[in-house]
Amino acid sequence: MSGTHAHTVAYVRESMLPEQAPPATEVGIIGWGKANLFSGWFNSIVTILSLAAIYLILAAILPWIFSPTWNATSLNECREILAGLGREGEHGVSGACWGVIRDRWLQLMFGFYPPYPITPDVNIGEAPVGSGVWPAYFRPILTFVLLIVALAPVLFEHPPRKLLYFTAIYPFLMPWLLWGGTIWSPLSVLAGFVIAFLVFRFVSTSYSSLLGIILAVVAALVWWMVLSGYVVDALDSILPVGIASVDSRSFGGFMLSITIGVVAIGCSLPIGIVLALGRQSDLLIVKALCVGFIEFIRGVPLITLLFVASVLLNIFLPPGTNFDIILRVIIMVTLFASAYMAEVIRGGLAALPKGQYEAADALGLDYWKSQQLVIMPQALKISIPGIVSTFIGVFKDTTLVSIIGLLDPLGLSNAIRADAAWNGIVWEIYGFIALLFFVFCFSMSRYSMYLERRLQTDHR
Amino acid sequence: MSTMAEYDDHMPEDHIPDRSKMRVSDEVAIQINDMNKWYGTFHVLRDINLTVYRGERIVICGPSGSGKSTLIRCINRLEEHQQGKIVVDGTELTSDLKNIDKIRSEVGMCFQHFNLFPHLTILENCTLAPIWVRKTPKKEADETAMHFLRKVKIPEQANKYPGQLSGGQQQRVAIARSLCMKPRIMLFDEPTSALDPEMIKEVLDTMIELAEEGMTMICVTHEMGFARQVANRVIFMDQGQIVEQNEPEKFFMDPQNDRTKLFLSQILGH
Repeated sequence: MSGTHAHTVAYVRESMLPEQAPPATEVGIIGWGKANLFSGWFNSIVTILSLAAIYLILAAILPWIFSPTWNATSLNECREILAGLGREGEHGVSGACWGVIRDRWLQLMFGFYPPYPITPDVNIGEAPVGSGVWPAYFRPILTFVLLIVALAPVLFEHPPRKLLYFTAIYPFLMPWLLWGGTIWSPLSVLAGFVIAFLVFRFVSTSYSSLLGIILAVVAALVWWMVLSGYVVDALDSILPVGIASVDSRSFGGFMLSITIGVVAIGCSLPIGIVLALGRQSDLLIVKALCVGFIEFIRGVPLITLLFVASVLLNIFLPPGTNFDIILRVIIMVTLFASAYMAEVIRGGLAALPKGQYEAADALGLDYWKSQQLVIMPQALKISIPGIVSTFIGVFKDTTLVSIIGLLDPLGLSNAIRADAAWNGIVWEIYGFIALLFFVFCFSMSRYSMYLERRLQTDHR
Repeated sequence: MSTMAEYDDHMPEDHIPDRSKMRVSDEVAIQINDMNKWYGTFHVLRDINLTVYRGERIVICGPSGSGKSTLIRCINRLEEHQQGKIVVDGTELTSDLKNIDKIRSEVGMCFQHFNLFPHLTILENCTLAPIWVRKTPKKEADETAMHFLRKVKIPEQANKYPGQLSGGQQQRVAIARSLCMKPRIMLFDEPTSALDPEMIKEVLDTMIELAEEGMTMICVTHEMGFARQVANRVIFMDQGQIVEQNEPEKFFMDPQNDRTKLFLSQILGH
């Protein structure tokens, strides 16, 4: 009987098997642990050793972190508190001295930015009479809150699309809120863009779009460099509307890092796209300019560019020109980031199959429309990890401005340690600064993963 | 010579194309005169002369590397020709971008690898060009797209992404996408070469329907059954030249050139 099956090749299944649940040891916590922690004797030993190592490290660090020194006003006071608790070891007291963070918290956030810049004559120190309604540092805080509002419709799907109008205004609003001054300055910058757009519209419809772009850029530059100064002065003398201006030298702390980082990040993406397209262009001069720019900037350290911005630029500018130091630094960081961005985006463009360009062409889409609708959405999606890496790099590179004397958190940390009360403190300040940078950079990283998931439509 | 039925491996059996509906008019749709093209120093198209009348269904076949794809890609300027003259719908192809965009929006094209836009839904794929090139209002473009998606029998997939569809469905979407621009001429560049045998039929069906509606079609294809039943002219190319062209019956039953005979025997030999 048993031999029958062994010699029979023909076989017909008469009923299909129903789906069954997997065994209990393969799913849930037990299944996960079995698969990931204890999948064999060697892996089990490694797991136990790792747990022991984690325990030892935490046992050493946590007591240092949990140290009741929040209210101390100097390093000596910290030591007294810790000695009073009997936490003395061989190398003096053990425990963090968090009083420095409480004491210098506002400085680490805002540098020497005046807390109440309401009226032109009262800038620094106590709240001026009649300004009690404004919370301290309301201008930088408002700028930051509005930044979140402006970014929301760009980053997420749910916010109403009408917020994008606010996003478009924000780049002009932000510098005005931070630096203050007459309202006509941001409006004249905005006017430059309007002029460029109108010139482009007019020239590109009657002549060619390339000529339109060139003339639009020239018109905008002429307006910003030459004309807008007089117009702003004239308008300001007719109708002076504005808020107290704040000097760039009083900017500092994380406010400075975020200002430089956000502007550089926001500008480097569009400039990088243009450079990447220019590098692929058939027009020889456009291509040569883009390649030259990218290779030059990538071949030079950021520190060098920052020194050029802080020292050399003043020599070349006409005497008496007051070219804001933060603006100069922002321009340099932006150019630096754009060059890297261009290469990241070029990688995305190179990864697209040629068929996508051909299909867009065959449907009659012109160059700009096919870039806008077909090529860029896909190339940018492919480049998201690289783009976000560049963003994170730029944000962290903002700490380099401490070398040219701007008081970003790292620059301030030196100043704080130079104070007699806190002389000798290292770990607490740097740890705190590192934590804040980590929060920003990690958020960007998580956001990029969210974005990749959201845009995933290929279902591979 | 072999019997005609041997060519028909992928043809739908239930749907015999109705040739009486496929009318050819005297109006010239495409005129190609003494056209030459080189890739670097390689002479890829040599002295091409071809006149296509409105309503014609032309099948171009030939060994790989014979320049058949290059020829039809020259018609909508995906490739640039260096000598000679191509006139499409009365507009000559020159380096003038306005003419090129005009011709491209009048000439539909389907590719071997479909080339759908993977970041857009099926419906968005179909409405993209009508909205941005023809400036059709979105609602109207949606309706047109749904009309053509129904025609290629996949309206229920409208909100999916290309990656979720089978190859045959993707190629039908690609045809619908071209049709949404209401082209007067359709070019097919090996539309079934990347498909499984099962899916070839559904794409050929769609193309037959198109032919029955009087569309001017030029197909580069190895589907000889389609050529026999639908085409009114078969062109055989080799080494960048048109070697032989004839009505399908005569082309298949009585080829004249030795190269053509060899090619046909190899196609049937497998």
